[in-house]
Amino acid sequence: MKLLRCPINGPRPVSEFFYWGEMRAMPDPNVADDAQWADYVFNRNGAPGIKKEWWHHMPSGVWFVVERDTERDDVKRTYLYGQESA
Amino acid sequence: MSKRLPAVAGEWIDRNQPIEFTFEGQHYSGFAGDTISSALHAAGVHAMGRSFKHHRLRGILSMANHDINSMMQVGERLNLRADVTPIERGMNAIAINTRGGLRADRLAIMDKLSAFLPVGFYYKAFHTPKSFFPKWERTIRNASGLGEIKFDTPRIKTPKRYDFCDVLVIGAGPSGLAAAIAAADAGADVVVVDENARPGGSLTFQRGADAHVDNARWELISAVRSRRNIRLILATEAAGYYGDHWVPLVDKEKISKMRARSVIAATGAFEQPAVFRNNDLPGIMLASAAQRLIYRYGVKPFERVVVLAANTEGYRAVLDFHTQGVKVAALVDLRAQAESSEFAEKVRQAGVKLLQGYCIYEALVNRAKDHVEAVVVCPISASGNAQPGAALTIFCDGVAMSVGFTPALNLLYQAGMKARYDQRIEQFVPGELVAGVFAAGRANGIYSLQSKIRDGERAGLEAARYLGLGTPIGPVVVPAETSSPTHPYPIIDHPKGKNFVDFDEDIQVKDFVNAAQEGFDNIELMKRYTTVGMGPSQGKHSNMNAIRILAKITGKSIQEVGTTTARPFFHPAPLSHLAGRSFNPERVTPMHDRHVTLNAKLMQAGVWLRPEYYHVSGKSKDQAVSDEVRAIRQSLGLIDVGTLGKLEVYGVDAAEFLERIYTGRFANLKAGMTRYAVMCDESGVMIDDGVVARLADQQFYFTTTTTGSATVYRELTRLNTMWRLNVGIVNVTGHFAAVNLAGPHSRSALQGLADFDVSEAGFPYLGVREGHVSGIPARLMRVGFVGELGYEIHVPAEYGAALWDVLMDAGRPFGIRPFGVEAQRLLRLEKGHVIVGQDTDGLTTPFEAASSFAVKMDKPFFIGQRSLKIIQAKPLRQSLVAFVLDNSYSGATPKECHLVIDRGDMVGRVTSVAFSEALGQVIGLAYVTPELANIGAKIQIRIDGGAMVEATIVKPPFYDAEGARQKSAAIATTKAAA
Repeated sequence: MKLLRCPINGPRPVSEFFYWGEMRAMPDPNVADDAQWADYVFNRNGAPGIKKEWWHHMPSGVWFVVERDTERDDVKRTYLYGQESA
Repeated sequence: MSKRLPAVAGEWIDRNQPIEFTFEGQHYSGFAGDTISSALHAAGVHAMGRSFKHHRLRGILSMANHDINSMMQVGERLNLRADVTPIERGMNAIAINTRGGLRADRLAIMDKLSAFLPVGFYYKAFHTPKSFFPKWERTIRNASGLGEIKFDTPRIKTPKRYDFCDVLVIGAGPSGLAAAIAAADAGADVVVVDENARPGGSLTFQRGADAHVDNARWELISAVRSRRNIRLILATEAAGYYGDHWVPLVDKEKISKMRARSVIAATGAFEQPAVFRNNDLPGIMLASAAQRLIYRYGVKPFERVVVLAANTEGYRAVLDFHTQGVKVAALVDLRAQAESSEFAEKVRQAGVKLLQGYCIYEALVNRAKDHVEAVVVCPISASGNAQPGAALTIFCDGVAMSVGFTPALNLLYQAGMKARYDQRIEQFVPGELVAGVFAAGRANGIYSLQSKIRDGERAGLEAARYLGLGTPIGPVVVPAETSSPTHPYPIIDHPKGKNFVDFDEDIQVKDFVNAAQEGFDNIELMKRYTTVGMGPSQGKHSNMNAIRILAKITGKSIQEVGTTTARPFFHPAPLSHLAGRSFNPERVTPMHDRHVTLNAKLMQAGVWLRPEYYHVSGKSKDQAVSDEVRAIRQSLGLIDVGTLGKLEVYGVDAAEFLERIYTGRFANLKAGMTRYAVMCDESGVMIDDGVVARLADQQFYFTTTTTGSATVYRELTRLNTMWRLNVGIVNVTGHFAAVNLAGPHSRSALQGLADFDVSEAGFPYLGVREGHVSGIPARLMRVGFVGELGYEIHVPAEYGAALWDVLMDAGRPFGIRPFGVEAQRLLRLEKGHVIVGQDTDGLTTPFEAASSFAVKMDKPFFIGQRSLKIIQAKPLRQSLVAFVLDNSYSGATPKECHLVIDRGDMVGRVTSVAFSEALGQVIGLAYVTPELANIGAKIQIRIDGGAMVEATIVKPPFYDAEGARQKSAAIATTKAAA
């Protein structure tokens, strides 16, 4: 079982985490046309590559961001939302 | 006739502890430490099982946990490998895969039929005519399969353990032990694991009649045992490699999950068989199997043996046999080049006849057809072809094969390693390894003893360095092998076949030729078509020869052919080990004991146990539920609703937060009031609902569905991670117990208990109050879910049972009835209230589910709003309608999910349905297409068996359309009295 580093709790078994999905910015609902909005709601990019994902450490309730190479299942780094540059 | 040798130094058996057991109905005796195979061999039994397909008699091959043709059934334990399973007192072992016993197996005829059963036979035959297929399938299924599953097998609960170390060394052979010592001396916490009962690996059996080998074993083991930071775990398999050095360790009773920081694979190599006609006869085995019999179990493997060799190990085996009194009739060396090591001279001195550049062309069976009797040997040409014209026959009672090895790279493959083929030693060796994983010894292509120890030390130091321990080291040079331990092609064609490559699946050389001719000439395709490597040993003795054959057929190099994927588990593990103790936690509310005392029939609701109804002796479930329903409609009932999700949001932005997550409007909700709330996902699908209570300007308390609380709470915390609103969100589901006190008399019952005004004016419909009930701090909400005057009372969990008792006492004069989920479902159905998840599915919008009233599209934003705008502009897909069956209808009641049919087309489905005693007819909710959704319209429901039932669409709610009963106690009381 893989380990994942929670920015608050450190490395923990991946079974303690909930994977939400890829982080995707919501388009402005007042600006996006119907097609752009439907694309945001329904379409996912399955192509492998380095992606930003939402993960949740369930025992402590910490949400954070994982940058992961989905082709190699290799976690590049993890950080709290908004602390990307830290 | 016992074949037990005089005591051998270092043997694993205890000759003072005889053990009696039974095999195929015959009694035998062995010693503690014997396996079934070693004890049987000592008793002169060589035929131990039947092969899978052809039912040929087979015996010992490896003594190393891949003797697939001597698997045993012992009671409910099946497919025990006799070569490694210890004998137990009174054990009753039976060979698997026979019809009528090992000797009299009626399926032995399959061997004669084998000419008509070529590879791919099953794929090609039995498909025509189609009508015959079920019969063929039954016949084949009866004939195939290995052990017998006993359905009365007791449930075995095995423990699961967790373990940790710095360096996990897999394999306690010379390189593994040396690696452990080096890593430990650098300061690492080391675990060495080995599947054998004793440490030492090849040093315990490949001795070459050389005392140095045994000395080296003792030195390494004493060094390991004297170090406090090395743990030696024996009789335990490292069954797989999972991410980040996570290795399941399987022993007799359990799986331990080992989390290491670094892994060293000193997993050794599997000795490989030579392929020649009848190479599967009992008495023909790997040289290492014969050496294991001698040095571990004190058993003489043969009286007169022919050794087939292609490496130094074969010469050393000859010396082992010679010293133990086995007559070596001939040493047949496949190689053209003479052996260059010092052992060649020792063999010559022992007077053994050497046939250089010879092969075994075929083995001959004895008259009893159960053992090898002789071998036919002949010269082999430089191109590898046998020259049977110059054949000689040598009588013998056994053949020891020492033609090569293939490394046990399984775990390294699982760790993402890509192997490369090293032609100097004719085997795959590890390519680039993932960080923190190291290989040593034979797995790394190192065979001579001093080099193996050196290689182990290197791996141990590298693992320690990887962990930042020890001092930096320069490159460690391990001398390369001077001669190849493995023959490049130990495979001899024979026109009559029966030269087996895979003993699990009875696959012969010609099967590969046929498969390639039919186009299955890629290793993965060939594996699946021929089933090579797909049997219980998973190719440990067959894959490498299959690759060599395929390479020769296709003219490719072995590197180009490549290997198949090695998946966990390394050896099969019992399912009970994998299942462990099966941990399925259930939640119960603080009032659970009260429900049990009241004979509640419990049901699962998500992780919760809830009363479905309360059993009354002498009454059916339907009667009990009807009585509960009537009690609430006429006087008073009490239901435990503590399983509802309960959340609190507080802070400056609390109202704004709720505006965003719910479809309704909450900014204008007055403190002290509640409002029904619907939650959608981003696509506008209804995912949850509940009641929001505003306790104070900046404090909201709200409920979610029973199954939704954890996921809703989790998603809300994620959303606010982005939104950064100034709110606190707390999941208080477990902190509060909750009941709904419902019925015309609920106010009367509450009157004397509450320390605040519960009058209609003081506590109106949809109000929320905080106060005390009989001294218990409580939050009360006036709700109308079941359609009667009702109070949802939430109290701290520790007061739950006390609250229940107080309310049951106060309600006694009114004939209070506890009620369960079943009655509540009917009561809410009479009110036309939707249950999210029952009356909605993963595509239902609030517009479809008659919940538009809860959606305020003119708000600036809520989750799902943008999608609902798009949906709103389109024609409605379906509508949830209320329907009734005619009062006079007396047939079978429609069920949930029965279809609504219009002119032969499916136009909807029933989502809730029940007989309402209050209305005297069957009522329900159903989706229909919008054009059918007209009050008074007739719809057709197809029930079980295909009959159509007519229903009439009506305006909901079915019961008390104005909602007078839940809103005003006065009216309710009057009606109840009437």
